Amino acid sequence: MVDSLGQMNAIQVNELVRDFDDFRAVNEISFEVHESEIFGFLGPNGAGKTTTINMLCTLLRPTGGSAQVNGFDVSAQQADVRSSIGLIFQDPSLDEELTAFENLRFHAMLYDVSREDFKRRSGELMEMVELTDKLRDQVRTYSGGMKRRLEIARGLLHRPRVLFLDEPTLGLDPQTRRHIWQYLRRLREEREVTMFMTTHYMDEAENCNRIAIIDHGQIVAIDTPANLKERVGGDLITLRTSDNELASKRLNEAHGVETRIGPEGQLIVETERGDQFIPKIMETFSNGSKPIEVQSVNLRQPTLEDVFIKLTGHTIREQEADSKDRMRQRGRMFGRLRR
Amino acid sequence: MIHHLKTFYTIWSRDVIRFSRNRGRIVASMATPLLFLFVFGAGLGSAMSPLAGGNLSFEQFMFPGVIAMTVLFTAVFSAVSIVWDREFGFLKEVMVAPVSRRVVALGKVAGGSTLAMFQGLLILFLAPLLGIKLTFGQAVYLLLLMLMLAAVMSALGILVAARQRSMEGFQVIMNFIMLPMLFLSGAFFPLAGVPIWMEVLAKVNPVSYGVDPLRQVALRESVPEAFLEAMRLNPIAVDVAVMFAFGVAFLVPAIWLFSKQD
Repeated sequence: MVDSLGQMNAIQVNELVRDFDDFRAVNEISFEVHESEIFGFLGPNGAGKTTTINMLCTLLRPTGGSAQVNGFDVSAQQADVRSSIGLIFQDPSLDEELTAFENLRFHAMLYDVSREDFKRRSGELMEMVELTDKLRDQVRTYSGGMKRRLEIARGLLHRPRVLFLDEPTLGLDPQTRRHIWQYLRRLREEREVTMFMTTHYMDEAENCNRIAIIDHGQIVAIDTPANLKERVGGDLITLRTSDNELASKRLNEAHGVETRIGPEGQLIVETERGDQFIPKIMETFSNGSKPIEVQSVNLRQPTLEDVFIKLTGHTIREQEADSKDRMRQRGRMFGRLRR
Repeated sequence: MIHHLKTFYTIWSRDVIRFSRNRGRIVASMATPLLFLFVFGAGLGSAMSPLAGGNLSFEQFMFPGVIAMTVLFTAVFSAVSIVWDREFGFLKEVMVAPVSRRVVALGKVAGGSTLAMFQGLLILFLAPLLGIKLTFGQAVYLLLLMLMLAAVMSALGILVAARQRSMEGFQVIMNFIMLPMLFLSGAFFPLAGVPIWMEVLAKVNPVSYGVDPLRQVALRESVPEAFLEAMRLNPIAVDVAVMFAFGVAFLVPAIWLFSKQD
């Protein structure tokens, strides 16, 4: 439970495995999450993020390995794990026919929160997410962002020490996403809640203290966003040229740099001091028997997307909709018709 | 223990609140029973030879059957809704709460049964239109029988839905469980003189044991006792005992399957 620095870990995972029939969704992952840290799981759909969260929340039984949350084993001490965590799901789990107050009250009853605590905390939390004046409204009258805020308030009602957030801003507009992030950061500062979140938004992962990059059920890297980006090495120069193959060969011969081809057929060069390297590239291209024509040049700092591509060899891809996604879509349609 | 009661109350009252908030749906759900009684029943009745020596119209005969149908549909639909609710709704929140899932399943049975009984009660108000005499005592008796049928059917619904992860099997449930159970229960035609295979199926059908006492009690004041006696399948006490056995047989595995962790 306690790591080498004597720090208590909120989550400790050792070689966790989960199989679905003959498909291995999570393959021997190990990591720890420190107390009051925001820890992100970054990966494409189907990488095993939700499966991992479900195991940590005791919704799924691990096939192998072990995991402790707040010091409780997820297989042997399920009730203790459940009372000490909060969960914000990918799909809203509010009852839309009920009012916000009723949703909160039911949550308090399920978590055995006393009447006095419920009154005080629900007032505070609704204020925090700025929904106080909507307390008695039916949730179906809420916007997507308001629902998510209400879920955050509800998830905190029983004072969990760890908050799990599965794609907390999925399907929300950029402004609402920023808004949600403000609450989450405040939450961490004011209440020291540990947060474990999954996301496939790169910009969102930047908000985490540490990120685990997960692909095909395995963790390929764990580090701070800044350290991860350093792995790409300096700057990224993106070029569009008349002949990528030749350009790549010439750059390698003249400067000893490796290049790769990006998803849109552009040539990508990783280098220190990109601003000074661009003129050298131009010079190399214009020399020689067959000059290379450059159509565009772009210099930028590496993003987590670049880190992901470098580590996994592919972009965070959109997967084909599985049966659950189809059901979800139908549900949204059904929900619209019902209203 | 108190926590269990809170859990039970939460699950039950959620169903009741949702139901009471949607008055339009309550009214709309009366359309099918009304069609059955006043269109199907009236039309078919005029083409049939008289029942119970001319003392009973076909609509009157169908009345307890239509009550059973309403209870059956409401209870099973309510129970099967857990499939959806568990993946994408409020029940997902319940599944991660530190509560007993057995109690959640029981609360769901109670919720579905309450709604089904209430829908059945609405049908009772149609009795005067059909010339069926109902005393207050009969109405209470009927409500208890409805509650029993509703609880058994809710348990069956949860048993069917407990391991389902998608709504794809829903049509199957409709076509292969609910409609056959309804048609083989004596709800819409007397089971006296039917082919032997049908008689056997009716005997193992739990709904038969729900329709039979409903009919005996509902028509008690409207049909001479000798005719009523001729129509019945079992004494009411036997019907109730069989229903109870079915209820246990559905509920125990339903709760077990629902509580099992994936």
